[in-house]
Amino acid sequence: MKEINLTLNNESRSVLVEPNEILLDVLRDKLGVKSPKCGCERGDCGACTVLLDGQAVRSCLILAVEAEGHSITTVEGISADKLSALQEAFIQFNSFQCGYCAPGIILAVTELLEKHPKPTLEQIKESIAGNLCRCTGYTPIFNAIMSLTKEEK
Amino acid sequence: MKDYKYIGKDVIRIDALEKISGAAIYGDDIDFGANLLYAELVQSTQAHAIIKSINTSEAQKVKGVYKVFTGKDFPYKFGLYMKDRYIFAQDKVRFVGEQIAAVIAYSPGAAKRGAELVKVEYEALPAVLNQMDALADNATLLHPDLADYPHVPWFFPKPGTNVAHWRKTRKGNLEQGFAQADYILEDTYTVPRYAHCAIETHVAIGKFDHSGRLTVWSSSQSPHTQRHLFAEALGLSHKDVRVIAPHVGGGFGGKAGVTMEIIPAALATKLKGYAVKLRYSREQEFINTYQRLGVVARIKMGVTKDGSITALDHKIYWDAGAYVEYGANVVNAVGLSAIGPYRIDNVSIDSVCVYTNLPPGGAYRGFGYSEMLFGLESHVTRIANELKLDQVEFRRRNAIKEGDLTAYGAKMNPNGLVECIDRVQAAIAWGKKPVSTDPNKLIGQGFSLFWKAPAMPPNASSSAFLKFNEDATINLIISGMDIGQGYQTVMAQIAAEILSIPPSKIRVETPDTDRNPYEWQTVASHITWSSGNAVKKAAIDAREQIFALITRVYHYPIDELYLEDEAVKCNTDSAFILPLKDFVVDGIMTSDGTFKGGPINARGMFMPEFSSTNGDPETSQGGHPNVHYTVGAAALNLEIDKETGKMRVLKAALAIDAGKALNPDLVRGQITGGLLQGLATVLYEDMRYDANGKLLNPNFTDYKIPTAMDVPDEIIPIIVEVPQPDGPFGARGIGEHTMLPAAPMIANAVEDATGIRIKSMPVTAEKVAMAILAKKG
Repeated sequence: MKEINLTLNNESRSVLVEPNEILLDVLRDKLGVKSPKCGCERGDCGACTVLLDGQAVRSCLILAVEAEGHSITTVEGISADKLSALQEAFIQFNSFQCGYCAPGIILAVTELLEKHPKPTLEQIKESIAGNLCRCTGYTPIFNAIMSLTKEEK
Repeated sequence: MKDYKYIGKDVIRIDALEKISGAAIYGDDIDFGANLLYAELVQSTQAHAIIKSINTSEAQKVKGVYKVFTGKDFPYKFGLYMKDRYIFAQDKVRFVGEQIAAVIAYSPGAAKRGAELVKVEYEALPAVLNQMDALADNATLLHPDLADYPHVPWFFPKPGTNVAHWRKTRKGNLEQGFAQADYILEDTYTVPRYAHCAIETHVAIGKFDHSGRLTVWSSSQSPHTQRHLFAEALGLSHKDVRVIAPHVGGGFGGKAGVTMEIIPAALATKLKGYAVKLRYSREQEFINTYQRLGVVARIKMGVTKDGSITALDHKIYWDAGAYVEYGANVVNAVGLSAIGPYRIDNVSIDSVCVYTNLPPGGAYRGFGYSEMLFGLESHVTRIANELKLDQVEFRRRNAIKEGDLTAYGAKMNPNGLVECIDRVQAAIAWGKKPVSTDPNKLIGQGFSLFWKAPAMPPNASSSAFLKFNEDATINLIISGMDIGQGYQTVMAQIAAEILSIPPSKIRVETPDTDRNPYEWQTVASHITWSSGNAVKKAAIDAREQIFALITRVYHYPIDELYLEDEAVKCNTDSAFILPLKDFVVDGIMTSDGTFKGGPINARGMFMPEFSSTNGDPETSQGGHPNVHYTVGAAALNLEIDKETGKMRVLKAALAIDAGKALNPDLVRGQITGGLLQGLATVLYEDMRYDANGKLLNPNFTDYKIPTAMDVPDEIIPIIVEVPQPDGPFGARGIGEHTMLPAAPMIANAVEDATGIRIKSMPVTAEKVAMAILAKKG
């Protein structure tokens, strides 16, 4: 066991981890953050996406010890005070159904919008190409994101 | 049409905030504290074998392993429609991946290490890996004791063979029908197996406490059905079994009935005081839940030269897998409905459920109709083309109409099939396909009709409790599952409409069988219709209680009272406005200081009392097995790269008759989502098995499901509304149907573009490219 220190949703946390523990399990089982979901445990589905220093990563492919000293953001973190404009748009456009992939997709798009506030449809598709959604057919997700880019005009 | 306040409106989902903020709790998110044990399965490496011995001694030695259980600890059979499945393999294994033993440990890692160390000695038996081999005279039998298996009365197993059920439907005079035909086309179509691929894998946690009560937390479409099967299989009273179903991360039929959930339920009964969790890996999810059944379909259709269908002989052989306790009902459903949405006087359908040494087949969105329609709608296109008739006109001419007789002799319900055809034809500009500017690309148009009825026992029922809170908000207590379709929201809209309470003031929770009233299952696209009727009745019950109280206190006649804007009002006294929050819990104070009334608690129930399954076993004539059909039409423009075969859907239009779209945007969501799921089954998904019955692609790297890059350029969702007379506000189900037309429309478009007819799914780029190459010679 090793103690690691990280920032989780803007709060400093310390936690004892095994060297082979993945960040996803530590977030869920030891730090009580449940929005990153397990879907495949091999980086295929994107349900476990979190932001690591603002960059969307698969928490099932990262060892918890690698998070030492870094800042992790989950969807709980961006929902703390009020929902983001992106989350509001997801609600307006029914951009989720079962909801299991939604936290991961919201984080992937959060990163996209930080880098490209007015993304093209192709950029949107690319940004979530690694996040599988079996319910929506993705179109309502595109529509939600495109609505944000229009408002800014 | 009546002007509604909440029905037919794009009401915001009531589960939105939970799901978008990360607050929604799914099965794997529940904490169980220090007394949680983890189960890992030991799974068969053989497709068909006798279990000679199981040695668990090495596994027992692993640090952290608590116990190991095998089939001898649980000699129980279970099943929804036929009891042919075991909690753990007994003397035999019947597919690669079948559970043989479970290692229980204090950590998932120890359980996994233990499971790897359990040694199973097999004596191999010949394996039958497809349905046609299994039907051969000398085929090895999977279930020699089939005659002893209990099943529902509408199944007809053939002991001494691998036929688990044979649904025969006969109508009119087939020979005469073919004699009247000017043209007869006969051919065979094949469809492989498919996986649901909900992003959440199955998870269930069982706990048997020291008082002898079993609680199971389960990612499930069917909490009450699970409770019933757990109670039956484990010999417990229903009152001592409680199933709690949190949010479900996608179902698609895969979490219907009972599959792996019975394992932790059974294990718990031997682990008193502990909670025991089984969470499937993605690989286990692919192999050992249900899979969509494979199909070989032989179709013979006769038509007159002016384009009337005179006869249909449809033989469908289903690869149903090692256990068919649920899958046999897929076979049954299609055996009643394999005429498609057409008026055909002379019909013979044989739908044959065949045991094979592959994983169990079961419910998958579409319940067999996708598989059936691939052949039928390919066939219809080919016949129309042969006769030089426009295929859309051919479909319109033969389309089933209200009052026409179905294959089993019941009358077809009111429907907007022709309107769906017309609107799709216009939306896609049928016959005016775009021409690609790229000489390397071809463009084809494809069309398909679809229909599907809920497949359910005739007494499948729904019920609802509704209770008012002090502020006139409502807890609506029901047991359907919101598997993403928006069930909770639509049920809230129904109660809202009757009671004049905004849906945002109605809370609907996921079910707990101890507290929520009975619901059969969230399957069959019946939940909007069936549970919707129950909720409507519960809301009317509440309204009647409210009006009775007002009449008792204020003496207004009941028929002069109405609800509006969360208050009781009176037609004849506009000054009378009594907000619901003033009395729905605390009652109404009268002049002498006493109170009248009290908490308003209401209930509703729905069972389709007209339904029956007592049709003749040889013809299926006589019963009313299907409550109604939902119909629709779809078409697309498909661009094909001549060299690579790569296909791109440029535009797709899908029209569905929802009866009444209670929430149109949710209906559109089913269209965009279901259509993509269907397109994936035809364009690239495919379960591949090796010669020993082992699945070769049990992961998302090798079994590709659509990503954001695979979406059609344009989808036009079209909602048609011909009311269902017994539906809530006229609604009928639409959830499964939206994926049904995808496969035949692709095959039809490929032929339109290239002249090549592909008769086996999937119609992959590789297959198309190779066919183009072969045609060039």
